[in-house]
Amino acid sequence: MLRGDFLKSLPEPRGILRSVQIRGRDYLERFGLPSGKSEPWRITDLERLKTLLSRPFFLSRDENESNLIRSMAVPPSDGVRLVLSPSLQSIDDQKLPKEFRQITGADLERLLSSNIPNSASDKDWAIGLNQATAGTVLALRVKGCNPPPLELVAEAQLDRFSPSRVVLVLDSNTQLDLLEVILGKGCSAQSHFLEIHLAEGASLNHGLIALGGGEAGLLANVIVHQKRDSSYSLSMIQEGWSLGRIEPDICQGDGHAHTTLRGLQVSKGTRQVATHSKISFQGPEGTLDQLHKALVADKSHSIFNGAVEVPQIAQRTNAVQLSRNLLLSNNARVDTKPELEIIADDVRCSHGATVSELQKEELFYMRSRGVDTRQATKLLLQGYFQDILRSLPVEAERWSVLERLLESVGD
Amino acid sequence: MIQPEAKLILDISDLHVSVEGQNILKGVNLQIRAGEVHAIMGRNGSGKSTLAKALAGHPAYSVTSGRVDYLGKNLFDFDPEERARLGLFLGFQYPVEIPGVSNIEFLRVATNSCRKENGKDELDVFEFEDLVNDRLKIVQMDPSFLERSVNEGFSGGEKKRNEILQMALLDPVLSILDETDSGLDIDALRVVSSGVNQLSSQTNATVLITHYQRLLDEITPDFVHVMASGRILRTGGRELALELEQSGYEWVDKELQGGGDN
Repeated sequence: MLRGDFLKSLPEPRGILRSVQIRGRDYLERFGLPSGKSEPWRITDLERLKTLLSRPFFLSRDENESNLIRSMAVPPSDGVRLVLSPSLQSIDDQKLPKEFRQITGADLERLLSSNIPNSASDKDWAIGLNQATAGTVLALRVKGCNPPPLELVAEAQLDRFSPSRVVLVLDSNTQLDLLEVILGKGCSAQSHFLEIHLAEGASLNHGLIALGGGEAGLLANVIVHQKRDSSYSLSMIQEGWSLGRIEPDICQGDGHAHTTLRGLQVSKGTRQVATHSKISFQGPEGTLDQLHKALVADKSHSIFNGAVEVPQIAQRTNAVQLSRNLLLSNNARVDTKPELEIIADDVRCSHGATVSELQKEELFYMRSRGVDTRQATKLLLQGYFQDILRSLPVEAERWSVLERLLESVGD
Repeated sequence: MIQPEAKLILDISDLHVSVEGQNILKGVNLQIRAGEVHAIMGRNGSGKSTLAKALAGHPAYSVTSGRVDYLGKNLFDFDPEERARLGLFLGFQYPVEIPGVSNIEFLRVATNSCRKENGKDELDVFEFEDLVNDRLKIVQMDPSFLERSVNEGFSGGEKKRNEILQMALLDPVLSILDETDSGLDIDALRVVSSGVNQLSSQTNATVLITHYQRLLDEITPDFVHVMASGRILRTGGRELALELEQSGYEWVDKELQGGGDN
């Protein structure tokens, strides 16, 4: 059962999220913790999940951007950086570029009222947790032909549980680069929920860089609603979480849309990182190009579930999913599972999964050219990572992700 | 060119090597001096590639007995990368494809590793570009191959050109080219051979492992060795290769059956 202490420790529901918080708490109270018997949580380390919920709830913080964030990457020169915080107050519209407007009032309430988890299922449990806990929301509408890149940074507070929630709406034919950075440290626990609405012809290039540290934990959900002729590209980097779980859930509501998913997990020690992606085609002629990669060292554990739903209406869907895993140790573990549910008959859907070690012949070839094992391994890993990193928005370069990943593996 | 007083680069004495518990080399003896070009011929499975891999230090090949001195030092005291830095180069029969690793970055790291060992300054990206563009001419290679992943999607000929490009960059003392001619059409063979000839000097030495006389029309060997059953069965001059081309390897069977020795 979910610890009663956790729910009791939460602040009173208030503000625009009051009704959402009440419903989320009802859900958690009724449902408790996810069950190890249910498929979405079957191989999740539920003891660690309990540990995350034992962190004291975070109440207030300095509104100023922390020194850590600034030291990791300077703000984008031609974009806008917003720091997410559980005590985030409304942002002054005047400080936002003209293409960005905050969503408020009835519009916001309507957007917030969706995505309440089914009370009989723990499929969207992490969303329920976010709704129960998040007291503030950043909601932005973007329109215009050339908005500056948006950077959202969520830095969990040391040894605390911090929720963050974002709603982003892109109007017709708007193109945006969005970089989200989630930072964990110590025994922090972060619940993050981002909901995206892409109108017809909108295009979003979304980078999600989740860098943990210590015993930090992360539960992140990304829900995307795509209209016709929209394009959504998500590149996820997940490293350093004791328990990390990212769940992208994308729906092409009318078909005729493009989705690209790129994922990279890096785990070592006894960490467990998971990606549960789901894409649902609710109209014809949609496309998916998905590549998931995991580098798994020591005794760590990587989980990938890739669900693809192609119902009868989704004729002429073209979906490709590939999971490529690299094991650096005999004690590491990879669970990778494609889940294709295809009803339509005129479709092209393929999937594949590979698990391999660093190729000995590649290493020897490089050594025979004077490159020592350490350097050769670094070059090989760099090549492995770059495949995903190069699809991040260009603004991500400031975060030196490649260097951080190489350092983390090389420790 | 044979110069009996030239510096001894490689001295192999009674070398035995096994792979996965199976004895492949059963007493190889060979001396190579500076300025020499040696060709090693023999049937498939005679041990030619095993000799090359063992000398380069492939971890799957175990030296069970014998000794190899390289430039006066025990070769087996060194790891594969140290051997490379000391000037030992193996041109692979099947160059390995390394997806995701940029060819030019790999070449630069490799070149700098060897330069550092030899007390030379490491080259930065721009200096290296100048060097590699100059060396590309030796193998008439399209610069676009530098930007691709190492050997990935290269044709057989392009892979072999890339091997000789690496040889040109690393400036080795001893090059062992394992079936560099396999998979090459006649034009590519000429380009690759011309590259090897340009790199050959009085201070270095080359070992060509090949099945065919064709390569030896392009690169003239000073010595031809015939391997069989893990040993060098016969050594001769260039005429031995011509003899093999005409009469094949049947005499090898007879010599082996008759217990002949080299």
